[in-house]
Amino acid sequence: MALTLGHYLALGAMLFALAVIGIFLNRKNLIVLLMAIELMLLAVNMNFVAFSHYLGDMHGQVFVFFILTVAAAESAIGLAILVLLFRNKNSINVDELNSLKG
Amino acid sequence: MSQTLNASTLLAVPMAPLVGAILAGVFGTQFGGNWIGRRLTHSLTILGVLLAFILSAMTLKSVVMDGARFNESLYTWMVVGGLKMEVGFLIDGLTAMMMCVVTFVSLMVHIYTIGYMEEDEGYNRFFAYISLFTFSMLMLVMSNNMLQLFFGWEAVGLVSYLLIGFWFNKPSAIFANMKAFLVNRVGDFGFILGIGLIAAYSGTLDYAEVFAKGAELTALSLPGTSWMLVTVICICLFIGAMGKSAQFPLHVWLPDSMEGPTPISALIHAATMVTAGIFMVARMSPLFELSETALNFVMVIGAITALFMGFLGIIQNDIKRVVAYSTLSQLGYMTVALGASAYSVAVFHLMTHAFFKALLFLAAGSVIMGLHHNQDIRWMGGVRKYMPITWITSLLGSLALIGTPLFSGFYSKDSIIEAVHESHLAGAGFAHFAVLAGVFVTAFYSFRMYFLVFHGKERYDQNPDAHHDAHHDGHGHDAHKPHESPWVVTVPLILLAIPSVVIGFMTISPMLFGDLFKDAIIVDAVKHPVMQELKSAFHGPVAMALHALSTAPFWLALAGVVTAWYMYLINPAVPAAIGRALRPLVLILENKYFMDWINENILARGARALGNGLWKVGDRTVIDGFFVDGSWKLVGKVSAWSRKLQTGYLYHYALVMILGIFVLMTYFVWLNK
Repeated sequence: MALTLGHYLALGAMLFALAVIGIFLNRKNLIVLLMAIELMLLAVNMNFVAFSHYLGDMHGQVFVFFILTVAAAESAIGLAILVLLFRNKNSINVDELNSLKG
Repeated sequence: MSQTLNASTLLAVPMAPLVGAILAGVFGTQFGGNWIGRRLTHSLTILGVLLAFILSAMTLKSVVMDGARFNESLYTWMVVGGLKMEVGFLIDGLTAMMMCVVTFVSLMVHIYTIGYMEEDEGYNRFFAYISLFTFSMLMLVMSNNMLQLFFGWEAVGLVSYLLIGFWFNKPSAIFANMKAFLVNRVGDFGFILGIGLIAAYSGTLDYAEVFAKGAELTALSLPGTSWMLVTVICICLFIGAMGKSAQFPLHVWLPDSMEGPTPISALIHAATMVTAGIFMVARMSPLFELSETALNFVMVIGAITALFMGFLGIIQNDIKRVVAYSTLSQLGYMTVALGASAYSVAVFHLMTHAFFKALLFLAAGSVIMGLHHNQDIRWMGGVRKYMPITWITSLLGSLALIGTPLFSGFYSKDSIIEAVHESHLAGAGFAHFAVLAGVFVTAFYSFRMYFLVFHGKERYDQNPDAHHDAHHDGHGHDAHKPHESPWVVTVPLILLAIPSVVIGFMTISPMLFGDLFKDAIIVDAVKHPVMQELKSAFHGPVAMALHALSTAPFWLALAGVVTAWYMYLINPAVPAAIGRALRPLVLILENKYFMDWINENILARGARALGNGLWKVGDRTVIDGFFVDGSWKLVGKVSAWSRKLQTGYLYHYALVMILGIFVLMTYFVWLNK
């Protein structure tokens, strides 16, 4: 059975849905949240690569590099914030982080 | 025009009393540290008024002899759009005559005050006020535009307020001055509406320019109505005159103004200020001539005042109040004359009245002094033996007031009655009846007062309040014997008695039938030929006096005197019997036609109820409760609900974000094709 575009897109969609569910269901750890965001970006990357290959256009794959770079930077900042948060609150439990509450 | 009047001389006329007032008011009172004493204060103010009087007399002389006229604006206060607000003088026969009357009576009152206020702590303050009044009144009469007229109008009102409440420790005086102030505001409101209409439609406030546009104004009607604009303007202006000249129903303040010291009752509330309304209408004669309706209104109001205020004079027991009601009634006469288009007759009566009424007031004041501040005529009697000069001058004043032939009041009052008789206005019939009946009433109350005060049994030691009064005024004369007043009091009485007797005889020809007021008072001779009729019937003052012996007014006046003589000297039981028989009528008179009751209970209470209602319902419930409090409560409720959306949990925000994306995607991908 040959792999078609549909398979790749399905994989991307599944990854994305997984990430979204990860964000909603995760009530414990902020790191899991960051990982879920990474997963979302990867799902998007998967779509880019799949379409790039399917359409024979390299632009999509170039964008993947950009996204990976940005994602790396974002994780770095996210982790740095997380460390500071832990220093201040002694917790990275998502349920306890509600100081934005009105 | 051989000689023109000089602007700086004219300026000196009102300025001299003003300087006197400022010096007396600032340096003569505690305000400026009591720098100048009593003697210097009264010398300075009298000097100022004397100067003003001399210059006024010179002005009158050059106006009469050389036909000099002056109409110039001296200072431009401001220009708003095309509307110029200026200070200027208009000098013609009317103004010059008024200047002389004002300054002469004022001078007499200044001198009189030296004696009358001798024991008063506010001596210097009083002089400052009356000089300030003289200044204001001169500004009013000399003005050549409506704005300055209004300035003078308000300034005399202010001084009147200050002087009625001169004894500010007396609650009744404070009540009276507040009443005068408020009632005058009602009139002034009408007055300023009239001035505003004139400014709006003729674009100018200058007399001459306004009168020149009279014909244009006649063609206009008030927007949105079919009322003639001129009628509305004139009635508005006349409402101002009703306030100042105390015409029914705005008369209520004048009797209460007697709370003030007697000299100002003579100066302000008899001779000058209250006649400002009459003067103003005479000055506006070119406008009033354009509206029959306004003239009718003026005449009927005047007639009501002339007759019904006279009735009230009959039952008053306070010597000053009798004279006050007499003033009201005489002002009514003048107003009737204005309505009959006999403006010059009104002004003539204004002048004669200024002299004899000032005289009567000052004489009343002299009696009050002589009787140790007793004002109740029931406790006087027989005073003529003790106060001969006051007695004779009072008698002359009363004779002038009731219109005894050859006296000044006769010429003016008889001319008014004749003018009303000749008038063809709708209200003339009623007005003629009112002024004729008024003659009897005037004679009756004048001589009732005269007999009770100067003749009959001496009753001044029977006054139940006498002890209190003697204690109150605090001077240690032995017993309660009346005494004649000092020369500073009697000299003004004599000086006022002379014109009261002769001025009518001397001036009737030039004032009514000559051309003293030729260019000041303009009458539409075709529509209102009253003055021509009077002129054709006039054959000199002596003939007029002789002719009067066979006419109704003379016999009515005589009947009034005889009735008063019978009822109060011969058979004093009669008035009491009549009073019992006509109890309801007396009750109405004693309550002054319930005007005060209506004002206090219906107008004042109604206004307060309205204010209370607006405060409680309009302000507290609607504005405060609904709009102000309601808006913050609404914002609070909405935000209390919407803050629940802000849980602070990241995953909630993320969920909203993703749901939002789904909604937008749904919209863009499927629905927005």
